[in-house]
Amino acid sequence: MTTRSPHHSVTDAQPLIEVQGVTKRFGGVPSLSDVSLSILPGTVHSLVGENGAGKSTLGKLISGVLIPDEGEIRVDGHPVSLRTPREALSHGIVTIAQELAIVPGLSAAENVFLGVEPRWVWAVKRRELRQRYLELSERLHFNIAPDVVAGSLSIAGQQQVEIMRALAREARLVIMDEPTAALSGAEVEALHEIILSLANEGKSVLLISHFLSEVLDLSDSITTLRDGRLVRTVTAAEATESSLIEGMLGRTLESAFPAKRNSTSDGEVVLSIKDLVAPKVEGVSFELRAGEILGIAGLVGAGRSELARAIFQDVRCKGGEIRLDGQPLASRSPTVAIERGMVLIPESRKEMGLFVGRSLKENVSISALRSLSRFGWISARREREVVGESMTRVAVKAANAVMPASGLSGGNQQKLLFARTLLCSPKVLIADEPTRGVDVGSKRAIYDLLVELAATGMGIVVISSELEEVIGLAHRVLVMKGGRIVKELEGEEMNQKTILEAAFAGTLMVKEHQ
Amino acid sequence: MSVNALPVISNDNDTSSNASGVFSGIIRQWTSWRTAGIFIPFLILFVVLSITSRPFLHTTNLLNILDQQASTLVIAAAGTLVLVSGGIDLSVGATYGLSSVIAGQMAETHSPWLAIAVGLMVGLGIGLVNGLIVAIFKINPLVTTLAMSFVISGVATKVTSGNLIVLTSRVGFSKFSNSIFLGVQSAIWIMVVVVVVLALLLSRTTLGRYIVASGGNAEAARLAGVRVNATRISAYVLSGGAAGLAGIIDTSRVLSAEASAGGSALAFTVLAGIVVGGTSIAGGEGSVWRTTIGVLFIALIGNGFDLLGIDPLYQQIVLGVILLIAVGLDVWARKRGR
Repeated sequence: MTTRSPHHSVTDAQPLIEVQGVTKRFGGVPSLSDVSLSILPGTVHSLVGENGAGKSTLGKLISGVLIPDEGEIRVDGHPVSLRTPREALSHGIVTIAQELAIVPGLSAAENVFLGVEPRWVWAVKRRELRQRYLELSERLHFNIAPDVVAGSLSIAGQQQVEIMRALAREARLVIMDEPTAALSGAEVEALHEIILSLANEGKSVLLISHFLSEVLDLSDSITTLRDGRLVRTVTAAEATESSLIEGMLGRTLESAFPAKRNSTSDGEVVLSIKDLVAPKVEGVSFELRAGEILGIAGLVGAGRSELARAIFQDVRCKGGEIRLDGQPLASRSPTVAIERGMVLIPESRKEMGLFVGRSLKENVSISALRSLSRFGWISARREREVVGESMTRVAVKAANAVMPASGLSGGNQQKLLFARTLLCSPKVLIADEPTRGVDVGSKRAIYDLLVELAATGMGIVVISSELEEVIGLAHRVLVMKGGRIVKELEGEEMNQKTILEAAFAGTLMVKEHQ
Repeated sequence: MSVNALPVISNDNDTSSNASGVFSGIIRQWTSWRTAGIFIPFLILFVVLSITSRPFLHTTNLLNILDQQASTLVIAAAGTLVLVSGGIDLSVGATYGLSSVIAGQMAETHSPWLAIAVGLMVGLGIGLVNGLIVAIFKINPLVTTLAMSFVISGVATKVTSGNLIVLTSRVGFSKFSNSIFLGVQSAIWIMVVVVVVLALLLSRTTLGRYIVASGGNAEAARLAGVRVNATRISAYVLSGGAAGLAGIIDTSRVLSAEASAGGSALAFTVLAGIVVGGTSIAGGEGSVWRTTIGVLFIALIGNGFDLLGIDPLYQQIVLGVILLIAVGLDVWARKRGR
């Protein structure tokens, strides 16, 4: 791989973009606080940090997708307001997002010049469009035919179309959010070349990436974020993989977590997974005991949620065995999983968990209606009682049980899902990102709840992107990567460093994955 | 130079979530107002017609309206369940036609009860096919039921060879809809029973909850243990069965049947009634009671225009405008509520 030397005179150039003390909050919770950085022309500047450290948020602020609550962004030394991606574009800032935004039905050339087609009145000048496309693709050494339908291109090809689109709009800063995550080895290599050639053309690239080796190879400067704060910005020459990891972690756990109960190696096995193969799950085995909290850590895309949904029978398993309470579970339906005593609290509560327009009562009782009804007729009184009891137990703060779920805060919505879980009295609970988007106070309440439920003999799997959450709650941690469990850590071995190292291990070897 | 439409949308979502706190009070008022929404214009129209038209408030006229609307109300009550479950059934008009002619033909030669049973089975069967196609093969419900309506209409025409079936001599079959109980035609009683049963089914039973959940958020429903496919199929079966029953009611009521009865006009009238009643076309929200009022509201407009001697042309224009307002309010409420 080409290694990039910081040959640009870093100090005397006028920065292209300066971010000055920006803060961005979501629902009062800061996602980014007081972050400053400057991007020089003709350089590759990388952002690294854990999941949720604020990398993407920062990228979105610079590209006008989000508006900072505080602080300012300067382009060429002049303060600008970037309120929409379009305004950012007018300053030459273009984003190539994780989800590509091509129009699948149009040709490559039409996509590249979408909205800026050479025209004569209303008619697109097709020949000129084609000509300009060919010039551009030659300049970049791409070889995508202008007439090929964009939707038929590979992800890498679509990405190249987007890059050409950026250049067709005279981009000066190209923001790339995890551009290589979905690419194969050879394509990664090609993209790296493109990134370097962009910089050589005098464009700046803001690279957001989990792959530290890639970051070290390509970047001129690297900014590390942690918990929405800037840790430091260094030149690539000064950084090493371990110094970056060092910077990404290191938080005090404080008393954010309830006291752990003793490990429960004597509890009976309530869930046993053997060689499970499902989409994005490549042969996973583990056992979960009654009263145990098992953490599953890993980077975004490591297959954690896919594993959860495979165990819960929401996707078809291609192989392996799931035993719930000693009996094999092969139902192909979450309904049976719930009846057999397993509940999933899914990762995104609004999309996959709640009926936001419906009442709290209906949201809580839905999984347990069979036990609250006779010949299909719901006993209104019993439902009210049982739901009220459950909501009290998880301490949902709500005016009444008939208000719509959309009126609750994130933390209370999450508690609502726990109230639903309690009504099923499961033996196994899988909680996927149980505290995502939840304020600090509710977080502690949810941790307490998880520990309390484990104490009653429930086996709990906690999937989380927040390492301290996994470490603070779990008796044992499984680290996932590429659909497999790459490490099992227990007791003293569990710390942020060991987990991150396991999660990142092999990201050096992206090229060998093909 | 508009590129990257996606980020713009996410930006909008972000600001609206911030604004939701400000709007939540208004939304709460609005949802209750929407619940009462159709009752107010209905009452106003009723009062206005009572004042302006002398024959309107006569029991005969009112019972006449109900008698004429019985079949539409039966279909619309079940159609509400389909819409709430996140689907749509455009084949009800054709199903109505097919069950009419099959029940009619059976009644010519067999006992009335057998004719009724067979007509009902036809409707339930079509509903089952609709449901299976939509739920198992994941074909868009609008397309599925539209295509099915062509198939069913074709079959109905084939069955009758395009002829009108006349049953004037079958007095027994006529009793199904035309018996008088407590001064009210049996067609109306059947309709009342169906509406009450389906309204309770939607609001008070597990199936009703599952229907609402499947239409509101199918993903969440499945993960909460709801059998979404089975639920949706049930809704289509009920809709088909109701269309079949409606066909029998009208065949018995007028003692004649033809393949072209019902059709897309009936399907759209039913849909209009449901939507005017405030049931969301996007699913997850709706009520059989309000559908009843919606259907009757449209019927009152028709009746009022007739009694007042206004050109029926305007009737359609007024109906179209009301429909747009109803759907517009629904879209607006959803946007605000997000």
